[in-house]
Amino acid sequence: MARNSSLPITIAQVTKTYGKVFALDHVDLHIQSGEFLTLLGPSGSGKTTLLTVLAGFTRPDGGSLKFGDTEMITVPPHKRDVGMVFQNYALFPHMTVAGNVAFPLKLRGIVGAESARRVERALEMVRLGGYGARGVDQLSGGQRQRVALARAMVFEPRIMLMDEPLSALDKQLREHMQIELRQLHEQLGMTTVYVTHDQREALTMSDRIAVINGGRIMQLDTPRAIYERPANRFVAEFIGESTFLPVTVAQGRLSLAGQNLLTADPLPASGQHLLMLRPERLRVLADGEDPGAGFNLLQGTLVATVYQGDSSLLQVALADGAKVQVRSASIGTGLAAPTEPGHALRLALAVHDTVLLPPDGAPA
Amino acid sequence: MTHLPNALALQRNALWEPLGLASLVMPALLLIVITMLLPVCWLFYLSVLSDAGSFSLEHYQRMWEQPSYGRTFLTTFRVSLLTTGICILLGYPLAYFLSELPKRAANLCMVAVLLPLWTSLLVRTYAWLVLLQRRGLINNWGIELGLWDEPLALVHNLAGTLIGMVHVMLPFLVLPLYSAMRAIDRNYLRAAANLGASPLRSFWLVFFPLALPGLSAGVLIVFILCLGFYVTPAVLGGGKVIMVSSRIANDIEIFFNWGAASALGVVLLVLTALLILGTARLTRLGNIVPSGEQP
Repeated sequence: MARNSSLPITIAQVTKTYGKVFALDHVDLHIQSGEFLTLLGPSGSGKTTLLTVLAGFTRPDGGSLKFGDTEMITVPPHKRDVGMVFQNYALFPHMTVAGNVAFPLKLRGIVGAESARRVERALEMVRLGGYGARGVDQLSGGQRQRVALARAMVFEPRIMLMDEPLSALDKQLREHMQIELRQLHEQLGMTTVYVTHDQREALTMSDRIAVINGGRIMQLDTPRAIYERPANRFVAEFIGESTFLPVTVAQGRLSLAGQNLLTADPLPASGQHLLMLRPERLRVLADGEDPGAGFNLLQGTLVATVYQGDSSLLQVALADGAKVQVRSASIGTGLAAPTEPGHALRLALAVHDTVLLPPDGAPA
Repeated sequence: MTHLPNALALQRNALWEPLGLASLVMPALLLIVITMLLPVCWLFYLSVLSDAGSFSLEHYQRMWEQPSYGRTFLTTFRVSLLTTGICILLGYPLAYFLSELPKRAANLCMVAVLLPLWTSLLVRTYAWLVLLQRRGLINNWGIELGLWDEPLALVHNLAGTLIGMVHVMLPFLVLPLYSAMRAIDRNYLRAAANLGASPLRSFWLVFFPLALPGLSAGVLIVFILCLGFYVTPAVLGGGKVIMVSSRIANDIEIFFNWGAASALGVVLLVLTALLILGTARLTRLGNIVPSGEQP
C-alpha cells in the first residue's frame, strides 16, 4: 500500500446535547494531516461522541466539521470515506475473513483478481496472510482485531478512526498491538483519531493527546507536555499519579510549609495555588547527601512503606503534616530510605518538576 | 487408575447424569408417541385397507386417477404459498419496525400483534365473514365513500380465504423474525455504512442475511400451518377454495370413507415432510450461525 495522502480535520464549535447535558460543548479541534491524535477521557466524557460525529453516526446540534477543505457535517456516513475500527470490531459474522476485508472494495466496484490481491496484501500487513478462508468465529480476539484493522484500511482511507480498539485484549497483547498500530500508522501515514480511556496507551501511541471531560477539551498537547505540564488538576489526576498540596504565592515567592521553592516556569499571580508532586519525581536523599543546584529540598517523616514489586511507595508526612507519596525504585536492597515509620527524611524535587496548577474550582 | 480415590463413585455419577437428563424429555416424548406417532401409524394402516378390509392400494390409485384430487393439492399449495408470500410482505417491514423500537414500546406492540391469537379462531373467521360479505361493513363503507360502485366479492372465494388466513398466520411469521432482527447488533450496520454501503446495500448485504434464519423459521411455520388449515378456508372460501383438509373432512363426514381420508392425510404428510427437508437443505437451516453472536 503506497503512502497515500492524508487529510487534516478541522472541528469548530461542534455541540451535542442530550436533554440539558452537554455531550460535546462547543468543541474546537484541529487535527493535522497525518497526525496520530488521541482523545483521552473517562467514560461519559464525550470522547466517543466526538468520534461518532467524525464517522457520521451522531448528528450534532450544530458546528462545522471539515476533512481538508470540504464541509462534512451533513454528509451521510457511507459517503465520508473514513476507515473505522469498532470497539468490538463489528466483523460481519456471515462472511469469511476475506469476505469482510473485501466488503469495502466490493462497494467501490473493485472485484475479482484486483480485490483478491488487495485483500491478501491488507491481511499480510496485519500478519494474517492466508487466513482469508477462515470464518470470523474461528479467530482469537487479537486476530479479529487485526481483521477489523485490515478491513478499515484496505480501501486506503485518508482518515482512520479507532474506538478503543484494544480494550478487549489482554494486557500483553494490548501492549504488543500498541506498538504494531503505531508502526502501521507510520507506514501508511493516514490521519488517525484514536479514542481510549487508558492513559498509558495514549502516552505510548500519540503525537498529541486531547484530554476530554464533560464534553470539553481540557488540554491538547504532546504526551510529554500533558504529563509534565498538565493544565489543571483534572488532567494531572487523570494521567499518572500525583499528590496535590495547597501552596501560597506571595511577594514573588512560592512557599510550602515555611520553605521557599523554586520553579522553572515563571510564578503565577499571588494567591492560592496547587503544587503537583509526581511520586516518582521525588527522591529520598541519603544522609548528608547534597542534591546540588536545581533541586528543591523538602523535610518529612516516613509514615508507611508499601512494597509494589518494581518499586516501593513511601508515604511521607511533611513538616506541616501534609502527606505526599514518594515512589522509590527497588534496586537490590538499595532502598535509600530506612523502612521504619517515624524516620526523618529529606526529599529532593527538581526545579523543573515543581509544577503549579490553578487552585481547585478555578475555571479550566 | 482404579487406585484413585472415589474413582468408582465418580464413574457411576458420569453414567447417571445423561440418564437424568434424558428423563426430562420422557413425558413429552411419551405424549408425542401416544397422541401423534401411533395415530399416524394407524392412519397409514387405514389408508392401505380396502372397503372390504383387505390390503389394497385402491385409495392411492383413485387419487392418482381422478384429476380432482390433483387440483385439490394444487389449490392447497397455491393458497399456502400466496398466504406465506403476503405474510412476508406485511410481516417483514412490521418486524423491522418493531425491532427498531425501544424495548418497552416493542413489547407493547408485540402484545398487539399477538392479540388475535388470544381470540378463538372460529370467532375471528366468522367476524371476517360479517365484515367482508356483500352487505358487510367494508362493502357498505366502500360504496358510501365512493371508492367502488358495486359490492366487491370479498368472501366465498380466494380473496376472502387469503384475507382470513393472512390474519391468522401473520403473528407466526412476525414472532421469529422479530427476535432474529432484535438480536442483530446495530454496530454491523454502522460498520457497513462506514465502509461505504448505502442504507439499501447495507440492508441487502448485512441485515437481510443476518435476519434470514428468523425469516426461514417464520416462513416454514406459516407454510406448514397453511397446508393443513381447515376452518378459515372452509368458512371464507365458500366451497370454492377446496383444500386437502376440507376434502378429508368431506370423506369422513359425508362418505364415511376412512380409507380415502387416511390416504389423503398420508400424502399431505409426505409432501410436507419432503418440502421441509428440501427447504432445510436449501437454506442450510441448521447451519446458519445465530446472529449477534460475536463477543
